[in-house]
Amino acid sequence: MTLKEIKEILKAEVICGEEHLDEEIKFAGGSDLMSDVLAFGKPGILLLTGLSNAQSVRTAIIIEAKAIVYVRGKRPDKEGIKLAMEKGIPILSTQYMMYKTCGLLYSQGLPGVS
Amino acid sequence: MGIENGLSQTFEITGNDFSKAGSISTTVKEILQEIGIDSSVIRRAAIASYEAEMNVVMYADKGQLILTVTPEKFTISVEDEGQGIENIELAMQEGYSTATEEMREMGFGAGMGLPNIKKNSDEFEIASIPGKGTSLKMTFNLDTKKEK
Repeated sequence: MTLKEIKEILKAEVICGEEHLDEEIKFAGGSDLMSDVLAFGKPGILLLTGLSNAQSVRTAIIIEAKAIVYVRGKRPDKEGIKLAMEKGIPILSTQYMMYKTCGLLYSQGLPGVS
Repeated sequence: MGIENGLSQTFEITGNDFSKAGSISTTVKEILQEIGIDSSVIRRAAIASYEAEMNVVMYADKGQLILTVTPEKFTISVEDEGQGIENIELAMQEGYSTATEEMREMGFGAGMGLPNIKKNSDEFEIASIPGKGTSLKMTFNLDTKKEK
């Protein structure tokens, strides 16, 4: 599934990284707890989170996430956006809550991190 | 960058400075990538380093992270001046946490930090003096991969 398809499924806004929308996403994981993300995250993961501070972007960099989707309309702060742009990590924001975001992507064939 | 003669670099960590928290570990990761270390080892080191750095930011007044690389292995030592840990055995248990509400809002404080650090290191040492500070030493071997 490409990021562009994910954007359409989630009716998401692209906050940065428009140029990466053709990239393929193979699996995803969702959590607001960065320690959990650090424990389960694998390279290439699509990170779904409601935590929108700079730590979420730093965590994504550390685990080599492919992209971040912020749920329930959250947006990262300026520091977070700057970091994501520096490291080439695309950021999307959807109005859907975590459960629905996960459900929509899963039902369209995007598996969870194994 | 050659590591035949080893490399050592020290970084200062400021307690309670959440805006910078994690930046040192990102730099450490970049240094290890430049050296050409196996990406799976870098990943483990970056995760362990990040958790350790967050611990200093959350719980200590200040600290230092020292990265030392030799041809066989590299170590990340994190020493801080701060409240220290009363009961290390308890702190090593998954889910045990003394985090404040503010720390939890940052996405940390789930009681996973030290267990995550141990899990991702090849060797892990911890020592603490309550009221003084805590020191961690994480070692990563370069010749053998630890299966995860």
